[in-house]
Amino acid sequence: MTAASTLVLDGAAAPGKPKPGAPEAQAKRRAVKRVLPGFHLALGYTVFYLSLIVLIPLAALILKTFEMSWAEFWEAATTPRALAAYRLSFGAALLAALFNLVFGLLLAWVLVRYTFPGKKIVDALVDLPFALPTAVAGIALAAILAGNGWIGQFFEPLGIQLAFNPTGVVIALIFVGLPFVVRTVQPVLQDAERELEEAAQCLGATRWQIFWRVIMPTIIPALMTGFAMAFARGVGEFGSVIFIAGNIPMVSEIVPLLIIGRLEAFDYQGAVALGSVMLLFSFVMLLAINALQGWQRSRAGGGL
Amino acid sequence: MSAAVGRSGRRGVRQGEAPWVRRLLIGLALTFMFLFLVLPLLAVFTEALRLGWGAYFEAVSDPYAMAAIRLTLLVAAITVPLSLVFGVAAAWAVAKFEFWGKSFLTTLIDLPFSVSPVVAGLIYVLVFGAQGWFGPWLDERGIQIIFAVPGIVLATLFITFPFIARELIPLMQAQGTEEEQAALVLGASGLQTFWRVTLPNIKWGLIYGVILTNARAMGEFGAVSVVSGHIRGQTNTMPLHVEVLYNEFQSVAAFAVASLLALLALVTLVIKSVSEWRMEREMKALDALAPERPGAASSGTSPSWAGRPV
Repeated sequence: MTAASTLVLDGAAAPGKPKPGAPEAQAKRRAVKRVLPGFHLALGYTVFYLSLIVLIPLAALILKTFEMSWAEFWEAATTPRALAAYRLSFGAALLAALFNLVFGLLLAWVLVRYTFPGKKIVDALVDLPFALPTAVAGIALAAILAGNGWIGQFFEPLGIQLAFNPTGVVIALIFVGLPFVVRTVQPVLQDAERELEEAAQCLGATRWQIFWRVIMPTIIPALMTGFAMAFARGVGEFGSVIFIAGNIPMVSEIVPLLIIGRLEAFDYQGAVALGSVMLLFSFVMLLAINALQGWQRSRAGGGL
Repeated sequence: MSAAVGRSGRRGVRQGEAPWVRRLLIGLALTFMFLFLVLPLLAVFTEALRLGWGAYFEAVSDPYAMAAIRLTLLVAAITVPLSLVFGVAAAWAVAKFEFWGKSFLTTLIDLPFSVSPVVAGLIYVLVFGAQGWFGPWLDERGIQIIFAVPGIVLATLFITFPFIARELIPLMQAQGTEEEQAALVLGASGLQTFWRVTLPNIKWGLIYGVILTNARAMGEFGAVSVVSGHIRGQTNTMPLHVEVLYNEFQSVAAFAVASLLALLALVTLVIKSVSEWRMEREMKALDALAPERPGAASSGTSPSWAGRPV
C-alpha cells in the first residue's frame, strides 16, 4: 500500500468507525499517524543500541550493588575518606556552579544585549570547555595556577595557593561548567520581549527594578537549568580536576578518583558502593533538570 | 552624573543601561573569558613550544606518541559512525513519530550526559572485567575487552552516545513531517525521501553533531582511563598519553601532545560556528519563504544547540 492510499483511507474511514475502542480502530489510528516509513526499524534499533551500550551496563552496577548487604554497602559508602570526598566533590561543584550562575548570566547578557568588537569569537569560545579534552584543560590550568605559573605567581607571595588544593578543584570545575548557564540563558534572553522592559521603563521603573521584576522572572527557569547542569557535571568531573587537585586523601581527593583507587586496589565492593551513590545522584539530577526544562517550556509557552 | 544618565535614558527607550554600566559589564565578561578560557589555551601552546619547534616535533613524533595518535584515530573511526547511525535512527523515531513512552526514551538517551565518566568506565569493568558478569566466560575464550581496545571503544561509545541524537531531535521536530509526506505522496521511496528531503534539511545540525562526537571521542579521559589499563604503545589514547608524560615530568612532551588535542578543539569550534551561521541563514530563508509554516523557524525553535549545552 502506498502512502497516498493510506492518506485517502484515513480521510474516508476515520470518522465513520463504529467501535472506537476496537483493536482494529486503534491500529488504524496509529497507522494513520505513521505515514512515514521506518518507524519500527528506527525505534527498534534505538532501543537495541540503548540497551546494549547504556542500560545493560548500568544494570550491572545496580545489580552488583544489590548483591551487597545493606551493612556492607553502608560501610563501603561512608568510610571517612569517602565522606571527605563527597564533601569536596559536592561542595566544590556547588561553589563552581554558583560562580558560573553569576558569570554565566553576565556573559549571556553581554552577548545578547551589547555589541562589541570580536563578539562572534567570544561567542564561539564559550563552547571551548565542551570541545577541549578535559585532560588538556587540567594540565593547562595546573600550569597557570601553580606557584610559578602566569596567575599563580601573583598569589604565591600573598601566601595563597591556587593549585593542588580544594581551591584548584573549584577553579577547574568553573572552567568545565562555564558554558552551561550561558547556553541555557542566551536563547531565552534573545527571545524575551523587549516591549515589556520598555513598558516598565515608561511606567517609571529603574533599570535595576526592571532587571529583578521583568527580566529575572523570564529567565529564572533557564538559569536554574544551567545551574543544575553545571552542578551535575561538576560532581562527576574527573579529567580536568585530578591534575590540579593534588589528590591528597581526606583533603583534595574527589569521589571519581576514589572510585578508581578502589578499583586499582581490587576493592570492587568499595568501587560499586561509591559508583552507585554517584549514579543515584545522576538520576536525581537528570529528573531535576527535566523538571526545570518542563517549567521553562511552560513559562515560554505561557508568555506567548 | 545622574542627570546625564537620566537624560540618555529618556532620549532612547531602547538604550537600556547607562554607557558606563555597559562598558563595565562588557569589561567584566571579557576579563572572565580571558582568565578562564583564553589563558589556558595560550598556556598549552606556549608550554608545548617552550624548548622550540625541534623539541615539539620530537615529542609529537615519538613512537609512543604516534601509537597513541593512531589508537585515538582508530577509536574515533569506530565510534563516530556507530554513534551517527544511532543518532539518526533515534532522531527519526523520536522526532517524526508519536508513540507511548517517548519522553521516557528521550530521557534515557540523555542519561549518559549526567553519568560521571568514571562511573561509565566502572560499569564496563563490572560487565566485562575479570570480576564481572562475562569476565570468566571471555577469559576462557581468550577474549580481552577490559584493558584492551574493545573496552576503550565501548566506554567511548557510552560517552558519545547522546550527542548526535540531541542535536537532531529538536531540529527534526521543528521541521515537522510535511515535506517527507509530500515526497512520499509524489512517489518517492522511503530511502529517497530520507536522502533527498530529510538529510539536506538536517545537514548542518548533523555536521555539528558529528564534529562534536568526534571531539569527545578523541578527547575522552575519565571513562577511557578506567578501562584502558594504561599499557604504553598499546592502550594509551592521546589524553592518557598526556597524563603519563605529565606525571613523568616530561612537561614539554605532554603539552606538545596536548596541543594537538587543543587544535582539534579549535577546529571543532570553527566548524561549529560555521554550521551554526549557515543554519541560521537557512532558517531565515525558510522563514521568508513560508511565513505561515507553523513553528518551523520561529524564534522559539531557532538553533537547536543554543539552549542545549552538551
